[in-house]
Amino acid sequence: MAKPDHLRFFVDPSRCIGCQSCVQACTECDTHRGTSMIHLEFVDRAHSVQTVPVICMHCDQPTCAEVCPADAIKRTGDGVVQSALQPRCIACGNCVVACPFGVPELYEPQQLMMKCDMCYDRTSAGKKPMCATVCPSQALFFGTEEQIEQLRPQSLASNRFQFGNQTITTQVFIMTPRALAVATPLVDVTAAMAITPPSRPLSLKMAMPTAESVDPFENVEV
Amino acid sequence: MATVPVSELQIIERFGPHVSQSAGARLSPSAEPDRLVQTHCCFCGQQCGIQLKVRNNEVIGFEPWEDFPFNRGMLCPKGVKRYLQGSHPDRLLTAFRRDPAERCGFAPMPYADAIARAASEIARLQVAHGHACIGVLGGASLTTEKTYLLGKFARVCLKTPFIDYNGRLCMVSAGAANRRAFGIDRTTNPWSDMVGTEVIWVAGSNVAECSPITTNYIWQAREHGARVIVQDPRITPLARTCDLFLPVKPGRDAALFAGVLNLMIEHDWIDRDFIAQQTNGFDDVAAYCRQWTPARTADVTGVPERSIRQAAELWGTAKSSFLFHARGIEHHSNGVENALGTINLVLASGRIGKLKSGYGTIVGQGNGQGGREHGQKCDQLPGMRDISNPEHRRYIAGVWGIDESELPGPGVDAYEMFRKIDAGEIKGLIAICFNPKVSLPDSTFIARALDKLEFFAAIDFFLSETARHADIVLPGSLHEEDEGVVAQVEGRVIKINKAVDCPGEARQDWRIIEDIAAALERPHGFTFDSPRAIFEELRRASKGGLADYSGITYEKVEQRLGVFWPCYSEDPKTGAPIDHPGTPRLFERGSYNPIAKGAGPFYFSDGRARFNVAEYRPPVDDASDDYPIFLTTGRVISQFLSGTQTRRIAPLVDQYPEPRLEIHPRLAEKLGIGDRDWTTVETRRGAITLRAMVVTTIRPDTVFIPYHWPGAKSVNRLTVAAQDPISKIPQYKVCGCRIARAAAPPEYASRLEPQQ
Repeated sequence: MAKPDHLRFFVDPSRCIGCQSCVQACTECDTHRGTSMIHLEFVDRAHSVQTVPVICMHCDQPTCAEVCPADAIKRTGDGVVQSALQPRCIACGNCVVACPFGVPELYEPQQLMMKCDMCYDRTSAGKKPMCATVCPSQALFFGTEEQIEQLRPQSLASNRFQFGNQTITTQVFIMTPRALAVATPLVDVTAAMAITPPSRPLSLKMAMPTAESVDPFENVEV
Repeated sequence: MATVPVSELQIIERFGPHVSQSAGARLSPSAEPDRLVQTHCCFCGQQCGIQLKVRNNEVIGFEPWEDFPFNRGMLCPKGVKRYLQGSHPDRLLTAFRRDPAERCGFAPMPYADAIARAASEIARLQVAHGHACIGVLGGASLTTEKTYLLGKFARVCLKTPFIDYNGRLCMVSAGAANRRAFGIDRTTNPWSDMVGTEVIWVAGSNVAECSPITTNYIWQAREHGARVIVQDPRITPLARTCDLFLPVKPGRDAALFAGVLNLMIEHDWIDRDFIAQQTNGFDDVAAYCRQWTPARTADVTGVPERSIRQAAELWGTAKSSFLFHARGIEHHSNGVENALGTINLVLASGRIGKLKSGYGTIVGQGNGQGGREHGQKCDQLPGMRDISNPEHRRYIAGVWGIDESELPGPGVDAYEMFRKIDAGEIKGLIAICFNPKVSLPDSTFIARALDKLEFFAAIDFFLSETARHADIVLPGSLHEEDEGVVAQVEGRVIKINKAVDCPGEARQDWRIIEDIAAALERPHGFTFDSPRAIFEELRRASKGGLADYSGITYEKVEQRLGVFWPCYSEDPKTGAPIDHPGTPRLFERGSYNPIAKGAGPFYFSDGRARFNVAEYRPPVDDASDDYPIFLTTGRVISQFLSGTQTRRIAPLVDQYPEPRLEIHPRLAEKLGIGDRDWTTVETRRGAITLRAMVVTTIRPDTVFIPYHWPGAKSVNRLTVAAQDPISKIPQYKVCGCRIARAAAPPEYASRLEPQQ
C-alpha cells in the first residue's frame, strides 16, 4: 500500500521548541525500534533557543540517490525516498555529504545510511508519521493541504528550494511567513545563509515597529 | 531513627537511580501487544491521553491516542518514554526495613510484617505523645481517590491535624488568589477557547518545556491573529517568537502588573461597566496602582518603560484575551499578590467568562488541580471545603460517620511540618508521592529534620532520596498499576486506567493505607474494595462543596472523554435530580451557581468578583552586595519534579543529563567563566558546583539552574525557605547568589552517574 496522495508533510521550524519528542518517538517505531532516523539541530544555542527538526524532505530528484555509487537509494512510486538498501550500501557517505538539507546519516554499527522514510509502515497504513503525531507544537504536521491552509493562515507552504544553481522540489513542505512567501515563490537557502539571524526574540508580525532585533537585556547592568 | 543508614553510594549501588533502556519485547519490532490501554501520561498537569501497549503484564511501548480531545496524539518526550518506568531494575518489589548491617542499608521483609511494624510504631508514638505526633505527606501526582483517602486517613484513622502535600510547592499561590478573587479555584475555560482570541499574556511560565502541549494552542491562536506577550527573565522557546517580551527582573512581577494597570486606568482602557456591575474593590486597587508610574515600574522591574506601555496598550485595548501564569510568578514570598495582580488585569479588562476570554493558572503536576480539591491540604476538607467552617465540618463528619468533635482542626503547611519535626513536635511521618529532600528549599535543613524522626514510613515505588531516611519502606504502585480520576489543567476530570498488575509484593497505594488502618485496629471507613468505591464516597463528600463531583461517574468520564467540574447530581437551582453535563466554562454572564444563587456569575454570595490590592514586596534574601546575582530555578523538558521517575529513564537522562548553570556571556566574561566551565554558585544556605552554559537568552543579572537533581547537584541546597504568608509557597524563583569559576571539578563528577 502507498502513502495516501492527499496527505502531505509540513514542517514549520518557527514552531520548533527543541523538545526532542520527534526524535524520541522515532525510536519507538516498530521497524527500527531503539534507533532514531531523524535528528534535531540547535541553530546557535549560545544566542538562541531556536531549534530545527531534521526529517527527510523526500526530494523529487533526490541528490542522495544521484550521488550514490552503488545505486542503493530508491524512491517509491508515491515519492518517498527510502533508506539505503542493505546489500548495496557501501557506507561511503557520499549521500551524507551531498544532501543539501543535511538529512542522511551513516549508522556505524550497521554500516548503513539510514534516514527518515516518512514512517512508511505507518503512512502506508493510513496513519500519521510518529513524529508528526506527537510533536507538541505541531512544528511537524501531517495532513491535507486544506487542513494546513485553515490552520496556518499566517504562513504559506513551499516545496521549492534554491541552493546556488540547484533548484530542488520536495514532497515535504516548509511553512514560511505568508508575506515573505508571496514575494519569493521559493526558499533561497544560499541567499539566506548570508543573513545573520537575529539572536533576540524575533517577531514575525509585530505591528509596533520597535522591538525587532533590539537586545531586550541591553540596559541590564552586571 | 531516620538517618540514612549507610553511605549514599552504597544505597545508590542497590536502589539507583539506575537508568532503564529499551530491551527485550520493548525493542523487538515483532512483539505484538496483547492490548492497548487508553489512559493518560503520569507526569504533568496537561494529562495527555496516551495508549499503552501491554504484553504479558508489561508495558512495552505506547501508541498515540488521537481521539483524546486535549492533545489529539501529541506528547512530549516524557510522555513518549514514560513506559520505561515499568519493569525497572530499581523497582521496589518487597517491603524493606532500615538495616545498617546490610551493605545497601535496607533489608527486605514480608509486606504483612512491614505493615504490622508501621502500625505498632504509630500506635506506640501516639500513646506516648498524643495523636498529633504523627504527620502525613501526600502528593498531587496521586489520583483524586488516593488524595481523598489520604486526607480521611490522617483525620479519621490517625486523628492528626498534620497532613499536607507537595502541591504546597506548586498550586497554592494560584489557589489562594483564585479563591480570594473568584470564590472558586479553577482555570476558567477549556484551552480550545483560546484559538480566536486577540491577546494572550503568559506570565512566568516556560510553556514549551513545562506544559508543551499548551504551546500548540497558543501558537494556533497566534496563527489566527492573537498577539502573544511573554513575561520572563529568560527568552524561553515561547518567548522566541512572541510579539512582546517583558524581561522582568526576578521577584518584581506584582510591580509590573500594578504599573500596567495604572496605565490602563490612565488611558481608560478598562471596562467600567463590568467593574461597576460585577466586581468589588476596584477603587482600592486603583489607588494602590497610582504610585506605579511607568518610570518607577521600569526602574523596579527592569522592564523598559516602552515595553510596559506597549503591554498596557496591547492588553488594554484588546476585545478578547487570555492570561495564563505559572510558578514563575507564584513561587515567591508574595506569590499570592503576584497572582492577584494578574487577576486585577483580567477583571479590569472585563474579559472573563466568555467564549474567547478567560484566565488560568497552568498546573504543574498530573493531578495539580484534583490534588488540591479533596482534603489532603492542611486546611481543607473534600469538595474544597474549609476545615475551620463548622457547617463544612458537620457535613464531612456525617459522610465519614464520626462526630464533628472528633475531626481535627487545620494543620500546617508541608514546610512548617518539617519545622515541627525539627522541634520534636512531630515524631512520626508517613509520606507518599513527595520527595522533600530534593524538592523543598534549603534542603540541608530538610535532611536534618528527617534525621530526627523517631519513625518514618515511606510508600514509594522507587527508593527516592527522601525514602532513604525511612525506617520502613512500603512498596507502592506506579500510575499504570491502578485506576482512578485526576483533574487536568483545564479542570477536566479524566480517568486513569490500569494497564498492568503490581509486581512482586508491591501494592496499590490505597490498599497500603487501608492495611495500615486495619493493623492499627481502626478500620472504620477504610474498607473500600476498589478505587470506584472510594470515588462513590468522594462524590457524596464533595456534594454541595465548591468542587462538586456528585454528578460525575466513571462511565460519564469515559463516555465524554472528561467532565469539567463542578458537575452536580441535583440541579443547583431547583434541587431536582439532573444529568449535569459539567461546567467547561466558568463565570459566564447569567450563569447560576449554588453560592451566588443567581446574584451573579462569581462564587460569592453577591455573585461579584473581588479586586484585591496586589502589593509589591521585595523578595526575601534579595540580590545584595554580598550575593549580587539573582538565582532563579525551574524545569527542563526531559525531566520532571524531583526526578524520581525521569532520572531513571535512559533516553530522558541522555537528553539533559545533569543540571547546568545558565549564565549570560556579559556576566560570564566579567567573572572569567567560559562555556562548560565548572562554576560554583553560593547563597547564604550553601554552595554547589555545576558546569556553566553561556547563553544570551537570560537576563545578564540572573542565573538559572533546573531543580530535578539531588545532593551536591541540587539547587534546593541554595534556595531560601522564605514563604508566602498566605499560601505558604516557597520563594523558589529568586534569591541572591554569588558565582565563581571553580578551581577543580566537584567531587561528584568522578563518582556519580549523571542521574544520581
